[in-house]
Amino acid sequence: MELFWLAISTIAIGVFGCVAWFWGSNMILDTIYPPRGERAGDNIRRANQIRPWLFLGPAILFLGLYLVYPVLDSLWRSLHNADGSQFVGTDNYSWAVGDSKFRESMRNNMLWLLVVPALSTLFGLIAAQLTDRIKWGNIGKSLIFMPMAISFVGAGVIWKFIYEYRDAGETQIGLLNYLVTKLGGDPQLWLTLIPWNNFFLMIVLVWIQTGFAMVILSAALRGIPEETIEAAILDGASPLQVFFKIKVPQIVGTIAVVWTTITIVVLKVFDIVFVMTNGQWGTQVLANLMYDWMFRGTPDYGRGSAIAIVLMILVTPIMIWNIRNVRKEVR
Amino acid sequence: MEGMAGQKSSLTWVVNISAFLLVLAWTIPTLGLFVSSFRDRDQIASSGWWASFSASEQTGFVRTGTDDDATQVDGLYVIEGTVLEGDQKLTAWGIRSREPGAFQPGETTEIEDGWQLTVNEDGSYRLTSEAPFEMRRGERIFTTTKAPANLTTANYQRVLTAEGLGRAFMNTLTVAIPATVIPILIAAFAAYALAWMQFPGRALLTAAVVGLLVVPLQVSLIPLLQMHNSIGIGKGYLGIWLAHTGFGLPLAVYLLRNYMVGLPREVIESARVDGATDFQIFRRIVLPLSFPALASFAIFQFLWVWNDLLVATVFLGNTREQLVMTGVLRELMGSKGGEWEILATSAFISIAVPLIVFFSMQRYLVRGLLAGSVKGG
Repeated sequence: MELFWLAISTIAIGVFGCVAWFWGSNMILDTIYPPRGERAGDNIRRANQIRPWLFLGPAILFLGLYLVYPVLDSLWRSLHNADGSQFVGTDNYSWAVGDSKFRESMRNNMLWLLVVPALSTLFGLIAAQLTDRIKWGNIGKSLIFMPMAISFVGAGVIWKFIYEYRDAGETQIGLLNYLVTKLGGDPQLWLTLIPWNNFFLMIVLVWIQTGFAMVILSAALRGIPEETIEAAILDGASPLQVFFKIKVPQIVGTIAVVWTTITIVVLKVFDIVFVMTNGQWGTQVLANLMYDWMFRGTPDYGRGSAIAIVLMILVTPIMIWNIRNVRKEVR
Repeated sequence: MEGMAGQKSSLTWVVNISAFLLVLAWTIPTLGLFVSSFRDRDQIASSGWWASFSASEQTGFVRTGTDDDATQVDGLYVIEGTVLEGDQKLTAWGIRSREPGAFQPGETTEIEDGWQLTVNEDGSYRLTSEAPFEMRRGERIFTTTKAPANLTTANYQRVLTAEGLGRAFMNTLTVAIPATVIPILIAAFAAYALAWMQFPGRALLTAAVVGLLVVPLQVSLIPLLQMHNSIGIGKGYLGIWLAHTGFGLPLAVYLLRNYMVGLPREVIESARVDGATDFQIFRRIVLPLSFPALASFAIFQFLWVWNDLLVATVFLGNTREQLVMTGVLRELMGSKGGEWEILATSAFISIAVPLIVFFSMQRYLVRGLLAGSVKGG
């Protein structure tokens, strides 16, 4: 109950604080430069120069403090030793290059980057195309989209149950081993099955992200002008030809956006590996490795930050691509 | 023409069936966990969740009473009892482990010289002998029983009270609500400024926001934790609210700006001509018109905060009092990896709220996704 009141009062304070800032600062501005009287025009002009910054102030403060500053600080830390007391140059980076766990993480991250966006986009495209044509399509869409709402930890539990293993001869309660034994195979400990366990982890993320891809791609498919499709059908194109030769080329831009967005998610993937294998059995990824160095045992902020910066560098091309797209649009 | 029509209908079938299979594949994992959360431990261990709606067959054995339990009836020595417990149903029985189902209920067999054993359908058995029994251990009766499908809510009661999930639920709510409301307010003003106000550096700021969308959260953890420690908020709710606000802002500003740019220019221009200040325009015109975008971001942020594990692990303490639901779930996975009834139920409680939000507000969620397909976090 105490907690409840704490929550309520903090919401009130937080919300009231924000409102007070925006309201109060604008009131003050209007009193100093009233938009009426003899010098109204002058005043409005001056007020209009200041007002944007009142509107933007809190956002800039937060963005600077919680996103820009940490990047710079991490960069600084990555060039220092474990507790930041001594400058060590690029030692942390050269350590990373030589470290077998880091190399394993890089390798796995690359694998994730290849597999997850590709499969999610592919399944998303198939799902979009299939559900757009049928009566119960919207229900189907909702169900495929649903995993988006489930936490990665929850998804971890869900899939661990599917991969659950019992000794051969016992009743398999994990769906996958049940099917495998029904088909005459031997039950497997899927999550320790190097190197395939990586793929069993990836499936979880594909399962989550497909719905996202489907929603975006389905909107894009609907945006395709009818005439091009009708013309193709009149020319005798088969449904598959229409799909691959007419529809897909027209939504390539959207496919690229979906692909990049999922790529960003993949780069930062942490929870799934964290809760399902914790990087054991050759499944380590960068984000989890960084967590290990920063929060397990004796923290080494230097090495942890170096890994974080590597992550940052991997995301940078996408960042630049995004910015260029937006600048084109703003102009 | 007939051929074409036939082709079309068979194609419709193919589409329907493949769509159905796809949807099934995407639904089954969650369904499995959901069903399991209503089964008790023995049921989960003895059969897969897909078997939980049919009666499950089990074999086992019980021992009869010994000579101490024997009574004399009409010159016969008799031992009576039952082989069933609960609402099981007997389908077959036997006296040797190699043939546990040799006899039907109601049949009688001879075990030793003069010993007659009858097991009835209701589970009662009757062992008779003309001579006194001499045995230290009871005879074994093998049984094949059917237990009816039995779903229970006991797991939910146990998890919510004993495993501390009720507390975690409150904690999560305490984290999620302010962390959803505050960024919306801040972002709405910023988005308006970026969309409709003239000032130097506007394009640059917009680009910066888009760039910040992809900054990996991991980069921020240590610098921010140290900053929180040095200004004295340490690990606590205030810190996590601020952190979620910071991490959610780029997406919020981006989504809202995209939406606000699309509002009709005439409305805003004419309000300006009538002498309204930007603050008034924002409050009276833009904010009400932007409701769909605000709702969409609110859902995003709420889902993101509710489902988050990393930020909570780092910025909140890991004591029982402060753990959020994902944290409890993770702990349970470590400590109770084999207790599927606990895990399944806890997982379901933790995903219940997001699922409710998802299904009731899906319209806005989709709209938001379409407005800004670049998602950060």
